[in-house]
Amino acid sequence: MSAPSIFTRPARLAAIVPYLWMALFFLVPFGFVLKISLSQTAIAQPPYTPVFDLTEGWEATEAALAALSLDNFRLLVSDHLYIMSYLRSLLVAGVSTAILLVIGYPIAYGMARLPQRWQSVAMMLVIVPFWTSFLIRIYAWINILQHDGLLNQALLALHLVAAPVVWLSTDAAMYLGIVYSYLPFMILPLYATLAKLDPALLEAAGDLGSSSRSAFWLVTFPLSLPGITAGALLCFIPIVGEFVIPDLLAGSDSLMIGQTLWLEFFTNKDWPAASAVAVVLLLLLLAPLLLYDRLQRRQLEGAR
Amino acid sequence: MTEDTAKAATEADSPKPEPQAAADMPLLRIEAVVKKFGGFRAVDRLSLDIGAGEFFALLGPSGCGKTTLLRMLAGFETPDQGRILLDGKDIAQVPPHQRPVNMMFQNYALFPHLDVRDNIAFGLKRARLPRAEIDTRVAEMVALVKLEGLEKRKPDQLSGGQRQRVALARSLARRPQVLLLDEPLAALDKKLRESTQLELMELQRRLGLTFIIVTHDQEEAMTVAGRIGVMDLGRLEQVATPRELYEAPASRWIAEFVGDINLFEGQIEPGKSGHLAIAPRLAIATRDAGTILVAEPRQPIANTNVCVAIRPEKVKLSRRGPASDATNAQAINRLEGVVTDVGYLGGLTTYKVKLDSGAVLRSSMANTARLDLDAYSTSQRVVAWFTPDDCVVLEQ
Repeated sequence: MSAPSIFTRPARLAAIVPYLWMALFFLVPFGFVLKISLSQTAIAQPPYTPVFDLTEGWEATEAALAALSLDNFRLLVSDHLYIMSYLRSLLVAGVSTAILLVIGYPIAYGMARLPQRWQSVAMMLVIVPFWTSFLIRIYAWINILQHDGLLNQALLALHLVAAPVVWLSTDAAMYLGIVYSYLPFMILPLYATLAKLDPALLEAAGDLGSSSRSAFWLVTFPLSLPGITAGALLCFIPIVGEFVIPDLLAGSDSLMIGQTLWLEFFTNKDWPAASAVAVVLLLLLLAPLLLYDRLQRRQLEGAR
Repeated sequence: MTEDTAKAATEADSPKPEPQAAADMPLLRIEAVVKKFGGFRAVDRLSLDIGAGEFFALLGPSGCGKTTLLRMLAGFETPDQGRILLDGKDIAQVPPHQRPVNMMFQNYALFPHLDVRDNIAFGLKRARLPRAEIDTRVAEMVALVKLEGLEKRKPDQLSGGQRQRVALARSLARRPQVLLLDEPLAALDKKLRESTQLELMELQRRLGLTFIIVTHDQEEAMTVAGRIGVMDLGRLEQVATPRELYEAPASRWIAEFVGDINLFEGQIEPGKSGHLAIAPRLAIATRDAGTILVAEPRQPIANTNVCVAIRPEKVKLSRRGPASDATNAQAINRLEGVVTDVGYLGGLTTYKVKLDSGAVLRSSMANTARLDLDAYSTSQRVVAWFTPDDCVVLEQ
């Protein structure tokens, strides 16, 4: 017996739109990048070979296909610059996500416990920084952290330090910038799950002998796990590929993968290597994305 | 006032807080408890004793303070004034997790991330019982509420009735001295609710526990409870057995709140009262239904402005009225009117009779015969009659 279809023809067309969108703006460009990653550098315009030209006939296309190779990927594995960049990116993203969680959870928890009318005010306060451009906010941090910036001036005035401290171009500055920029992405999904939590569940836990601390760990925390995963992935994935913040705030001794990619592309003009870096980065990020997808699916099944 | 008398006076005012489990001390004593939310007194100097093994119902319209009272017993609210003595100990300030009291929540509040077994075991684990003991108790509870085979299900994989059972098992697992039930059956459909009411009673009898149920459903309260406390505006209006509450309401408000009732306002006629026929009778001149004879209430009535209350099922209809001999004629109240509305409810038929004064009298009669030889139809002229013993006199 086949289930009666609730999808009318227009509904089915509407369902295709997101797939078309993904194909046009994600799959096709990815195809280009993948193709370039299999090519070789050349001093030419565009700076790689082979270049497909379908007007030159089948023979030429076949020759171009034969010229594709995995050399660039072999390079990524053999040169430890790339491996270190990847590892550093994962490390920075992991540490930042952990810090974000530790800071964001109490804020989201506090917000969810505010009286209803204050909750929207708190929400505004979290979102308002978005009204200023991200770049401007990072430049503002440079201003604050630089040698004769606000922070050093304040510390000197309070006689907490004798000489200006070096803040800028350190990992600390980079973490500060990342945590500052990504905090709303951590708070909002956490807040959404915590606000949904039925307060009667905590009362029930108390009634059954839990102190408020153990009720938190036995009820609130496990029930906020979907929010934690969502917030963590929402932060972790873009931080891995982050370029602007480490470039502006961190030192230049070790690079994140985004910086390496930029270097390959713009400084070395090595498009194929840069493309290979991008392809591997995408594959790396696919793992947590698939994990997230599975968790969400399980949650949906649980809700039924 | 000398210092000595002042001291004596204060001692008399405030009994020593020392707990003494005297023989006459009930299991639960609520003493002049006040709970305010802002300026609103949700519970207003309420006192109540509940004995061990009682099934007590708190009944009242929404916002009457019954849930607030229950939450104070559970520990989710603390009284602003007054004491709550459990076994002689004041628990008013004790946090919920340290009270030997458990609650079954209105929407069950089952932990969605835990399966049936872990929900029931939750309180036992917090009590740090040994694992074997927890396993036996959970099995016991599962059997008690007939949930065998569903131990591994999560709450969202259960039906409403099954969830209700899990909630009940979870709240009973710790063997509380008092079980509080906050509208425990409100989410069930009528059939299931009725069978569950009987199961609750059976369970309470078998376990010998004290149950306190909050409900706005008077039939439910009447079915399950041994005693009912009716609340309004934060106070107890009457505490009585279901029968007393229905047949001898303490006030006009109670009479109108519990069940259906016909009310006639009037004054006592001193001249006409006295020993009519064989019993002492009071004659009441009503505005809408002439003089009604009622049985003299046990408590003398101070106010002459009174109200006569008759339950619809006590009002019989007939075409000519009851067979009248000399004594009966004086002793039975008869009112004539026209049937305006007939409601057939299966077991019962309800009638509205428009009296000649214009007032409406309601009557309900059991359909004891399958063929409706005795039924009345609209616009039929009938005699409605009831005995003085079936009337209740209430002060205005």
